[in-house]
Amino acid sequence: MELCSFLTLDSFITDPLTHDFMRKALLMSSLVAAVCGFLSSYLTLKGWALMGDAVSHSVMPGVVVAYALGLPFSLGAFIFGVGSVALIGFIKQKSRVKEDTVIGLVFTGFFALGIVLVSKIKSNIDLHSILFGSPLGISLSDVKQTIFISLLVVILLSIFRKDLMLYCFDPRHAKTVGINVLFLHYLLLTCLSLAAVVGLQSVGIILVVAMLITPGATAYLLTDKFDNMTIISVLSAIISSLIGIYISFWFDLETGGSIVLAQTFIFLFAFLFAPRYGIFKLKKFFAGYK
Amino acid sequence: METINYQNFRIEAENICVDYNGKVALYDANLRLKPGQICGLVGMNGAGKTTFFNALTGFVNISKGKIRINGESVRSAQKDQTIAYVPQNEGIDSQFPISVWDVVMMGRYGSMNIFRCPRESDVQAVKDAIERVDLTDHLSTPIGNLSGGQRKRTFLARAIAQRASILLLDEPFSGVDIRTEKLISELFIQFKNEGKTILLSTHDMIHVREFCDLVLLINKTVVAYGETSEVFTPENITTTFGGISPDFLFGPES
Repeated sequence: MELCSFLTLDSFITDPLTHDFMRKALLMSSLVAAVCGFLSSYLTLKGWALMGDAVSHSVMPGVVVAYALGLPFSLGAFIFGVGSVALIGFIKQKSRVKEDTVIGLVFTGFFALGIVLVSKIKSNIDLHSILFGSPLGISLSDVKQTIFISLLVVILLSIFRKDLMLYCFDPRHAKTVGINVLFLHYLLLTCLSLAAVVGLQSVGIILVVAMLITPGATAYLLTDKFDNMTIISVLSAIISSLIGIYISFWFDLETGGSIVLAQTFIFLFAFLFAPRYGIFKLKKFFAGYK
Repeated sequence: METINYQNFRIEAENICVDYNGKVALYDANLRLKPGQICGLVGMNGAGKTTFFNALTGFVNISKGKIRINGESVRSAQKDQTIAYVPQNEGIDSQFPISVWDVVMMGRYGSMNIFRCPRESDVQAVKDAIERVDLTDHLSTPIGNLSGGQRKRTFLARAIAQRASILLLDEPFSGVDIRTEKLISELFIQFKNEGKTILLSTHDMIHVREFCDLVLLINKTVVAYGETSEVFTPENITTTFGGISPDFLFGPES
């Protein structure tokens, strides 16, 4: 009896692990969460939340075209992700339309193109799994690809961790001391596109933006140190993924949505109870008002 | 044409123009500064002060003219850590999760390896710089918890740690306390004696008279340039500020 069995915490956790697809889903989602969480702290500080939204939606036609041509879908997603940002920059520069409008305009355009392409190219692409993710149905080649891309992004971000921090904080100083700011700009964009690709798998295109924004925002409320922010961001992303998958397993809920909801709840918790920046400033409370 | 010995000049800007997508921000601007000179950059908001700084640091490209830093290109000045830029307090995100120590360490990034691992010498340079701006008690304080003056001193320390020979300061005296103001003016005298070249933008006419050997008045282009005592006249200031008299702008004293 399922209802009885999860009354004990032990079986609540171990039962799902007896299923192969669940082990795979937990592993993949944690990996994706780690990548997105890592990147999230940079996007939050750079003020690129909207950019994350734009890129994650714009990769859609890239994925469809890559599937149709038999190419790895990360390649298509990457081209369209970076392409969308280039297009945003171009339109913004050449017209009087404001940046947020241009971003909204470009990414919805790309997204719509993706949806139209899916309906036209009769293939085995499952629109539902692209939009909402399918962490429980990940194939072996997807697993390999996810691991490869995730490692690549984590290695790149680790190597250029400090330069990227400087780029987010004070690009003018970076440039003045001879650091290649343009390279860092495109590095961050590249990582963003790649993260959108792997994130699409677990939570889908619509919700991947949450993976890229929420963990960083949560961490930002909890610390004043950049390194800690990255660690908290990654941990909160991984924990939300695990919680989300377990909840979705036991209560038969949509997995992607559950993961993002778990992240949102963790954010709300930080929003209310963060020691220094929460609504109820707990630090002050425990210290007593002096 | 006489040959100029560039080695004598720290900064040599010749007829530089900067435009942003066809909109001219600065045109035909000239500036020559030698080691040990302090020059004030005075102009209205939007007169091109920040653009001038950006051109010298290479943050924006010039569309015309020539810039030589110590006789070399801007690119090699960047590689040599020659120029340090001290931003306006408003120009930085004060809520960024970063400590005083980390900000000052950023002054050393340009001369570190690709992983930016601090060496013994970098740590020492950062320590010394923080000591010179009197922030040793705030090493690990997040910049968000600093006062405006302390934050300004943090960025000055970054410039010191960088060991740059040219300092560009955007409004160094705006929004700082008396103590910081005093410390900055003492540092200026030390910098001058060390042979550093300083270019600072300011709104405060009193500071120009007090610190600057030279003054550069700009309004999209150079209105006047020369020794402060000769150039910093009410007429020139009026022209710089688009016909508004300095009395009206800064009170009768200035």
